[in-house]
Amino acid sequence: MSEISVDLHMDLPGLHLKNPIIPASGCFGFGREFAQLYDLSRLGGIAIKSATPKSRFGNEVPRVAECESGMLNAIGLQNPGVDQIIETQLPWLAQFDTEIIANVAGASEEDYVEVIQKLNDQEVVKAFELNISCPNVKHGGIGLGTQPELAAKVTKMCKAVAKKPVWVKLSPNVTDIVAIAQAVEEGGADGLVMINTLMGMRLDLKSGKPILANITGGLSGPAIKPVGLRMVYQCAQKVSIPIIGVGGITSGEDVLEYLYAGASAVEVGMYNFVDPYCCIRIIDELAEVLKKYGLPSVKDAVGRSLRV
Amino acid sequence: MKTEKGTILRQECIAKDTYRMVITTTQSADMNPGQFVNLAIANVMLRRPISICSIDKDSFTIIYKVVGKGTALLSRMYAGECIDVFGPLGNGYVIEEREQEVLLIGGGAGVPPLYELAKRYLRCGAHVDVVLGFHDEPSIFYEQEFRDLGCEVYVATMDGSYAHQGTVLDAIDQEGIKTSFICACGPLPMLKALEQRYTKGYFSLEARMACGMGACMACIAKDAREADMYHRICKEGPVFAIGKVVLV
Repeated sequence: MSEISVDLHMDLPGLHLKNPIIPASGCFGFGREFAQLYDLSRLGGIAIKSATPKSRFGNEVPRVAECESGMLNAIGLQNPGVDQIIETQLPWLAQFDTEIIANVAGASEEDYVEVIQKLNDQEVVKAFELNISCPNVKHGGIGLGTQPELAAKVTKMCKAVAKKPVWVKLSPNVTDIVAIAQAVEEGGADGLVMINTLMGMRLDLKSGKPILANITGGLSGPAIKPVGLRMVYQCAQKVSIPIIGVGGITSGEDVLEYLYAGASAVEVGMYNFVDPYCCIRIIDELAEVLKKYGLPSVKDAVGRSLRV
Repeated sequence: MKTEKGTILRQECIAKDTYRMVITTTQSADMNPGQFVNLAIANVMLRRPISICSIDKDSFTIIYKVVGKGTALLSRMYAGECIDVFGPLGNGYVIEEREQEVLLIGGGAGVPPLYELAKRYLRCGAHVDVVLGFHDEPSIFYEQEFRDLGCEVYVATMDGSYAHQGTVLDAIDQEGIKTSFICACGPLPMLKALEQRYTKGYFSLEARMACGMGACMACIAKDAREADMYHRICKEGPVFAIGKVVLV
């Protein structure tokens, strides 16, 4: 069945998504490699690789370690810096009919503000995604995302300068994610993206040492899907801003679960490494799965678990 | 570069913990020596990057060593089974057609990509010397295969159980091989030792990868000259000119 009679469309702050599937930041680069495999215009949107004020090399290698049902990464926000991204990546991305979300990162609140100010007038960027949840950088990143006051503060500062909607990507490495979600909402966030990776580690049996040069890394993949679902479900009941669900999505069924839990769209991360065509497959599967469960649109699935 | 389901035509153990697998492909025209494929293996999460050893019209050959769970599972697949192949990936060896004397140096699991490379240089009319290093005699493979192509082949074993005792450099010294242009693939200590002596040629690097296509930034090598400059081993590599990147 290729003829799709279900409505995959979703309108969110800054984002008019033709379908709710968005490759997650850090797992898709700037799309150039995947553009050799399929037309990026088929995607609802793309969350591009984090931008910081200056270029960052990131962590030493090894930067990845495999796990039973996922992987650890400690890339360390390697990116060419916001100016370079504006110069070389955004003009190229403009050719695609898909919504570009700029993931913004930094070592201080001022860094976030600086990146946003530089990206404000870039027409191709439709929304910002504040990365206050990267577990692999020493300052900023997760430091801002684990305390409600700090999370609210950076959100407020970014909102004050941003000319586009601001989404905030939350860390699961907290005692009470609802408190962070509420703080960020009060700070003026237009939406939440959750969850970033769970902090973990692995050790080498021969050397007895951690496999990752950074010692710890962020766990992603199917292993974290139940955690992501639980957190989306908890937050969806306590905030009124929309949520983009992330964590362990590999199929249309997984997307439907996130929609039921309260997400309005999803990001797909590490599975792009396993099946480089997975986002396209998941879009097709989602249409089938919605049909199977008698749901005429994505909107009908959003928050279904909260209505029962 | 694409994913496709290949059929395993042959799977055989050719040396200690070392297997050769022949897989059907529609991509042979795009494959070059030094490139690799990223294989999906059931029951492990990430694909496994394996270098291409030999390229034929409708199939290609890989030779891999069982070093962990993924390669162990790969070694238990049978002829007739399907395998999901993503490739060809990366940049292979640049063929320097002016070089009349070529020295190929392989260490252990690094030997395979040199086989297709040897064919290409022989086709260019070059004289090809091959030095292969292994841990011990049971680990040796492809000595005769390289010889059958028309290469001069020398072997070194670390434990001295076969031919020259020691490293590939010991074999090169004992044989008095003077060729200055080399292409090498093997363990890091071997490449580091070669870097001390040779300046002309190419190294193929191994790395822990995730995507295998340049998107995830997992397999990074630093540029040897420019600070803050990096190269993706899976994308700009895995083959680099000697001295291009820092070997770590």
